[in-house]
Parts: sequence; structure tokens; C-alpha cells
Amino acid sequence: MGANLFRNLSFFSATLSFFLLVGIFAVLFTYAQQSMQEFGFDFLLTEEWEADEDDEGGIFGGYIPIIGTLLSTLIAMTIATPLAMGIAIFLTEIAHDKIVKPFSIAIELLAAIPSIIYGMWGLFYFAPIVQLTIGGNGVGLLTAGIVLAIMVIPYMAAITRDSMNTTPDVLKESAYAMGATKFEVIKDVVMPYSKGGIIGSIILSLGRALGETMAVAFLIGSIMSIPKSITDPTTSIPVLLANNFAEAQDLEISSMYYLALILFVVSFAIISVAKFYFLGRNK
Amino acid sequence: MNRLVLNKVVLVLSTLSAFIGIGFLFWILITLAYKGMAGLSFSLFTKDLVEGGIRNLLVGQFTMALMATAIAVPLGVMAGIYLREYGEESKMTSVIRNLSDVMTSAPSIVIGVFVFALLVEPFGTFNGWAGVVALAIMMVPIIIGTTDNMLALVPKELREAGIALGGSKKQVILQIVLKAAKVGVTTGILLSFARIIGETAPLLFTSANNQFFSMDLTDQFPSLTVSIYNLATYPDEASRQLAWSAAFVLTAIVLFINLVGRYVTRHKQ
Repeated sequence: MGANLFRNLSFFSATLSFFLLVGIFAVLFTYAQQSMQEFGFDFLLTEEWEADEDDEGGIFGGYIPIIGTLLSTLIAMTIATPLAMGIAIFLTEIAHDKIVKPFSIAIELLAAIPSIIYGMWGLFYFAPIVQLTIGGNGVGLLTAGIVLAIMVIPYMAAITRDSMNTTPDVLKESAYAMGATKFEVIKDVVMPYSKGGIIGSIILSLGRALGETMAVAFLIGSIMSIPKSITDPTTSIPVLLANNFAEAQDLEISSMYYLALILFVVSFAIISVAKFYFLGRNK
Repeated sequence: MNRLVLNKVVLVLSTLSAFIGIGFLFWILITLAYKGMAGLSFSLFTKDLVEGGIRNLLVGQFTMALMATAIAVPLGVMAGIYLREYGEESKMTSVIRNLSDVMTSAPSIVIGVFVFALLVEPFGTFNGWAGVVALAIMMVPIIIGTTDNMLALVPKELREAGIALGGSKKQVILQIVLKAAKVGVTTGILLSFARIIGETAPLLFTSANNQFFSMDLTDQFPSLTVSIYNLATYPDEASRQLAWSAAFVLTAIVLFINLVGRYVTRHKQ
């Protein structure tokens, strides 16, 4: 193999991720056309999702899955953020060196468990607890949100820990020397120093939570209705796609491509902001 | 509140959250072990799904993941080499590096939808190849990232020494740089394999599932993860038990590969 061929092959491979991204956007956009022309931007605010009797048309609106996605993610982030911060603080500032390693490995293993396992465990072991203590019939927004939180915590904690670890010891030692307590050092030295990384890790986890499918599919209830209370079942974009995409046709499947496009564009935007604005990967 | 008391409160809360995190890990693992091991038997691995075993599912899942690896590794490693060795400073390199970084977090269900449009709809049937391609698409950006990062760790002097000896750029990359970064690159591949072997969402409507043993990638293909999703939601006890056993086996495989990857990185570098 000639040197030029090798170089060209590696160049071709490198451009592939660019073409993949453009390709995904183009394919989703093309297949969503039918629905986009029929419903336009009203799609975002339409609650109905009904096929006509003859299966040829109908009214399809994305409001319910969009709201379900946003609410379950919001619940997850509300729970995950303080816990992940706590874990990161524990790992960087509190725990003894000997404990840090096994704890870090355990947290990272938690991140490696496939999402379908979270969903299944959540359905059989966690949903009944939510039903007993808070109410509802077990599956619903709250259960999905909590299990989603458990899923993103290790991810968020790991990135936050890494950025907290970049705080120079000299800065912390100076604050301690002035008589600051550990909490004051964390609040006034570590947090401000690693602010970008912490915000980035939260936004990145948000982007991941939006697109999470399997854990939520078991737990959100998969019903096309607007939740009236936090324990009510509803659906989300990934869950609707997971359960109904393969059987849909014509305008309905086009509407699902529309939803997939919305999810793709929104998570792309969120993840980009997190990575390049806050996490400073733009070397 | 007294600042010393506040300090104590925050430290206690932080420690508590760490134990909550660990608590969930053990809760999930113990549940899995308890429910999953109850259904473990020799016949679980020798029978196919249609007879209440998971042989065809394991073979199917591994076949798809290994085929995906065979596609993703050359592409990902070559792309990583380009980014680090050839195009280091250019604007385009930085754009590609950023895009593939973002792709590692792309929603997996959307990749399933994309591959459905490309490889399922035109042929009118779910097929194993579509599953393979969907998994490969998930894997490539991860491998690009780890290869890029691992090559960056190789000291510049090694490259200069190679060139000083009269090696061509290609020789230097393949025989010096890649060799020096071998452990890191391999670990990256191993961990990305552990990630895609447990994926469900991109397979739901690409490979779909098959109750029978099949090696025919042009037709519906058996998948362990898709089967777990289906079985767990059936009302009968036998199906649920099979789902737990399959979930236990899957998690054991994923965690084992992760621990191996971690061990190798720690002891060889």
C-alpha cells in the first residue's frame, strides 16, 4: 500500500463522521417532508395523534411526546444534579485516597450498565416503591424521571469530578491557611475554578437524558396523554419511536421522522454547547 | 447557620450522596444476580429462544457486535490517525474532531431511525445487516475519540526519531506511533465494544428479533437485548424469568469487559 493511498484512506475515514451527520440530517429531513408540509410548525403544539379510519391520513401532533420528554428530563436533572455534585465533592475533597479508587470504579461501572437493565429493574423493583410511597400506578413521569436520574448521575459525577480535580492545590491550601472550612473552600475556590466544567457536565447529561430510550420505555407508561400529575403516565419522543415506529405508515411515519429530526437537532445543539462552550474541547 | 455546622452538613450530605450512588449499584446488581441466577442452567445456553433458551440470542448479539467492530475499527482508527498525524492544525481537522465528539452522544434511537430509512425500508424486511450498520455508526465516533487521544500521548520525539532514521510518514505511524499507543487504542476498542453489545434502541427496528437460530444477516436477526425488552413485558412468569436470566448474562458480559479494559490500562501503561 502506497503512502498516498494510506493518507487518502485515513482522510476518507476522518470525513466519514461529517458525512454521517449530514446524512442523518438529510434523511430525517427528507422523510419528514410529508408531515412538515401538512402540519408545519403547528406540529409542535398539536395534541392529537390520530390516524383516519382508512389509514391514509389523520392528525399527528408532537406536543405530548415533546412535553413528556421535557418533563421526564427536567425531573431527572433536578434529582441528578445535587447528587452528582455531592458524589464529585466526596471523591475530590472528602474521601481518603484509599476509598476514592473503589468508589470511582463503582460509579463508572454504574455508567456501564446497559440502559435496558435500568428499565427492567425500575419496572419490577422501583415502580412499586413509587406507587406505595407517592401514589399513581407505578409507571409514569416520576418513576421514569427518577430512574433516568440514576442513569445520568455517574456520567455527570465523573465529568464534574474531573474538572474539580483540575483546581490547583495551592489555591485550596491558601484558603485553608486563611481559616476557611472545607465547604467554604469548595464553594469559593473549587466551584468557581471548575465552573465551566460543572455547567458543561450538567448540560451534557441533559442532552443524553433527552435521547435516552430504553430506561424510559419501561417506565413512562407509553400513553398518548398529557400528564395531569407528576405520577401520571405519558410518553416521550424516543419511547414513541421505540414502540410505534416500525408499524407506522404514510403520514404517521413521516410525523415520527419529524419527531426524530426534532430530537436529533435539539440534542445536537445542546451537546455542542456543552462540549465546546463549557467543556472547552475546542482545542 | 454557624459556618462550622454548615460545613459539617454539606460534608455529610456529600458523603451520603456517594453512598446513595453505590447503594443503587449494589441494589441493581444484587437484584440481577438474585433473579437472574434462579434461571441459570446448562440448557439456557444450549436452547434457542423458541424453546426457552438464549443460545441464538447470544450468538446473534455477538455476531452483530463483532461485525460492527470489524467495520468500525479500521474506519475509526484510520480517522483517528488522520486527525492526529496528518491534519493536526487545520480548521477542517478541528471541525471533524468536534463533530465526531458530538456524535458519541447522539441519541441511539435516532440512529436506528436513520438506518431503518436506509437499509430496512428499501428492502422491505428487518435484517441483521441493518443492525450491524447501526451499531457500527455508534461505535466509530467513540473509537475516533480514543484513538485520537491515545496517539496524542505518544511523545513527539519518537516520531522525530523515526523520521531521522529515514522512515516515511506512513512507516512512522504504523510501526512507531501506533505501536506505542497499542494498549490505549485496544482498550478504547474494548470499551466501545462493551457499550454497543448492550445497546437495544438502535436494534429495535433494524435487526428486530428472531426466535430461531439464524446466521442469515439478510433477514430478521436474533438479538439478546431486543428479546429482553419483549420478554420482560410479557405477563407470564416463564418469559419474565428468561428476561431476568438474559439480563444477568448481558450485564455480566458488559461489566466483565469493562473490568478487563480497566485492568489492562492499569497494568500495561
